[in-house]
Amino acid sequence: MSNPLRDMEKPDVIFCIGTNMTECHPVAATRLKKAIANGARMIVADPRVIGLVEHADMHLQLRVGSDSALLLAMAHVIQRAGLIDPGFIAERTTEAEAFLEHVKEFTPEWASEICRVEPALIEEAAILYGTADRGAIYYTLGITEHICGVDNVQSLCNLALMTGNVGREGTGINPMRGQNNIQGAGDVGAIPNNYCGFQPVTDPAIQAKFEKAYGREIDREKGITKVRALDEAGKSIRAMFIDGENTVVTDPDREHCEHALKSLDFLVVCDLFMTETAELADVVFPATGFTETDGTQTNTERRVQRLRRAVPPPGEAKADWWIISRLAQRMGFHGFDYTDASEVFNELCRLSTTYAGLDWDRVEFGEYQWPVPEEGHPGTPRLHEDGFINGRGVFKLIRYRDPAETIDDDYPVWLTTGRRLESYHSRTQTGRSQGIDYLLPEEVLEVHPDDVTAWGLADGGWAEMASRRGAVTIRVKATERSPRGTVFSSFSFNDVPVNILTGAGYDPVTDTAELKVCPVTVRPASKSGGVAAD
Amino acid sequence: MTSDSNPRTIVLDGETVAFERGETLFEIAQRHRRDVPSLCYDDRLDPFGGCRLCIVQLEGARKPVASCTTKAEPGMRVTTHNATLDMHRRVILEMVASENRDVDVDELSGYASQEMSTLLDRYDARSGRFDGAHSGTSRPDDGNPFILRDYDNCISCYRCVRVCAEQEGDYAISVMNRGFDTQITTEFGGFLEDSSCTFCGQCVQTCPTGALGDIKALRAKDVPEPVEKTRSVCPYCGVGCAVDILSKGDKVVGIQPAMDGPANEGALCVKGQFAFDFVHHPDRLKTPFVRNDHGQLVPASWDEALDKAAAGLLEAVNEHGRHSLYAVASGRAPNEAGYLMQKFVRAGLGTSYIDNCSRA
Repeated sequence: MSNPLRDMEKPDVIFCIGTNMTECHPVAATRLKKAIANGARMIVADPRVIGLVEHADMHLQLRVGSDSALLLAMAHVIQRAGLIDPGFIAERTTEAEAFLEHVKEFTPEWASEICRVEPALIEEAAILYGTADRGAIYYTLGITEHICGVDNVQSLCNLALMTGNVGREGTGINPMRGQNNIQGAGDVGAIPNNYCGFQPVTDPAIQAKFEKAYGREIDREKGITKVRALDEAGKSIRAMFIDGENTVVTDPDREHCEHALKSLDFLVVCDLFMTETAELADVVFPATGFTETDGTQTNTERRVQRLRRAVPPPGEAKADWWIISRLAQRMGFHGFDYTDASEVFNELCRLSTTYAGLDWDRVEFGEYQWPVPEEGHPGTPRLHEDGFINGRGVFKLIRYRDPAETIDDDYPVWLTTGRRLESYHSRTQTGRSQGIDYLLPEEVLEVHPDDVTAWGLADGGWAEMASRRGAVTIRVKATERSPRGTVFSSFSFNDVPVNILTGAGYDPVTDTAELKVCPVTVRPASKSGGVAAD
Repeated sequence: MTSDSNPRTIVLDGETVAFERGETLFEIAQRHRRDVPSLCYDDRLDPFGGCRLCIVQLEGARKPVASCTTKAEPGMRVTTHNATLDMHRRVILEMVASENRDVDVDELSGYASQEMSTLLDRYDARSGRFDGAHSGTSRPDDGNPFILRDYDNCISCYRCVRVCAEQEGDYAISVMNRGFDTQITTEFGGFLEDSSCTFCGQCVQTCPTGALGDIKALRAKDVPEPVEKTRSVCPYCGVGCAVDILSKGDKVVGIQPAMDGPANEGALCVKGQFAFDFVHHPDRLKTPFVRNDHGQLVPASWDEALDKAAAGLLEAVNEHGRHSLYAVASGRAPNEAGYLMQKFVRAGLGTSYIDNCSRA
């Protein structure tokens, strides 16, 4: 997030797009509710009637995968209505002229054909955001898990730049990060293009720094993404070491993924449970988890906090840092003789730019948000206050692109996937906690009541849902949370492995899978999985 | 109405102290470490003025005033403790306690659950001299697995009602009737599951009497070891809510939100509050496993598993080159795990064949 969580109580206009915050980040959502109680107005753009809609002034119920068209039209209206911030644009941005010219062709009427949102509503939303003193944008995977995820994020940046809603209290472009330490995983350099602190592997000076620190020559090229690595499994990739990820269940196109992992010569998995992924491994290491591990993690607002051990782990389970470093030592790798987590964290801070001013003792109370460039620095709750890291904010010329697959006669229904309040991902943890089943005993497919009737389904009955990649059997729930022609389910329950269906395409820049859009058919079925006779 | 000639100060127990515009006498007293009692106060919520325990004497006022709802004005002279105030407070506490079945509840009930019993002891108010009818009707029929609704212990402080409305914005808890018949309930008097309750547990943690209790934590109330609290961070989403892990001996028995948690300021959701006992689930892996000659995963020693893993990974590298090994770090594991996973491929193999689960 560009801004701290506490800023969520400060905007006068809130724009939430592709974020089901009351279910996926409930505690952050409470802050938005407070802002609204204090008079803030909220626009929610989402294909479904999610919980946030109850609190919103406007709901833009756009067709799945049409976000960039909506955002182009909003930019068009803001430009046409003269709601741009010329001072901010002149001082802080570049390429504005071309951008403001570019958006002229994308009228609300044009976008309406794609998004299925009334032009007047698009206009109203754009004017509301464009006239905000403190306009804040919040988004999640509903924006990024598309073949145009980067375009969508850049479209949001364009809106914030043209209206000067960056670098001030209660504004910003704020991705809500999904997993407890997904921010940290990138921060520490567990990505193919950057070392810790987002230092590019392709920069010769940075290369030299890390070659010295790690005592060996390292490729000057980026590595490949996990998506490409799975494609290459059994071909150029022969072995994998997976730490704490149930790849089989959470990745798109389950069959492809399972096949990929099975075609490896050797797979090592480290986890708390014998997950569907661990079951495919040659060696499984038992890791310690929450309440058992000393360490640090970094939240969505870039805050580094300490994790502490309260109880001993079960049996012989060990902390991840111990497992990885002992395995590295047995493979003859140097520089892995750590004795506790603090040594690892302190080394990370020494090599990082964003964590450079931190160490184990300084994160004791969790008051620092990176970047903390040197010792004594107070941290940076709000990014871009005095300027952008790369100089100026760059407007990007975006054009709408269709999803990788669009509905047709064979697959006439849009499926969009997501998460539910009570379940976390593949339920390895929530599914093993008492009481959660009371609230959420099974997966359901949310279908508009009129579609339930039109498709010959029954509320509470079973349906077979199929895409070009496979089929699942799932219980039907009639609900107006889904618009007509679009259905929703989560991927959390292993007996309804929805990711068998997904995975038509990937964003060309980030390789992020298009998990939010998947054309399907939905037909009545018996529980055993067979399609019911007429 | 302060002007420059009229400095923003009051006299607090004989000491001149400054205050900020809009501050209440209770807030000033707290800031200056005066231990003014209260049962209806939660500093995250709007002041309520319900319990009257926070009364103070204000020079010139005929009767004591509730300090939580009285805004400071320049020149006020305030007394927080004397024999008269203590007598009033004791009588109020005796009356409050008289309506309740139990005044002592287990500390596992919730974060604030000991407030009432602590005050009863401090003011020597366990006299029982007002004993009579009990107020509030418990709902043992609400079969939810998380939130105990024992309204026999309710004192109608409305903290649960207010935290649900003001802090959570859910408005699941409401109030029925008036006076002695006041009943904390849900819309239409039903079960929590059928209300707008999301089971975030905020009402449980702010309840000062244990009328609302943490059913999961209370499972361990007969475990003899003392409760220990360890500060950590919730393992679920990216908000990073600080929590206190409650443990007895080697077992985690509950979770409480850290009221001073920088990201959450005392809030949690149903997952963070109640979905913690996976840590002791029998399915947890307790030993390494290796695949045997028959293709089955079988338990193994660390030595055996590390050797086998090292040999298997090295074999791929030796036969197919260092770019044949790929590592995937976790968005669920600590920074130290992610850092070492990337160091594993970079320092070990000289590649950047590393990613994490952020792309799916």
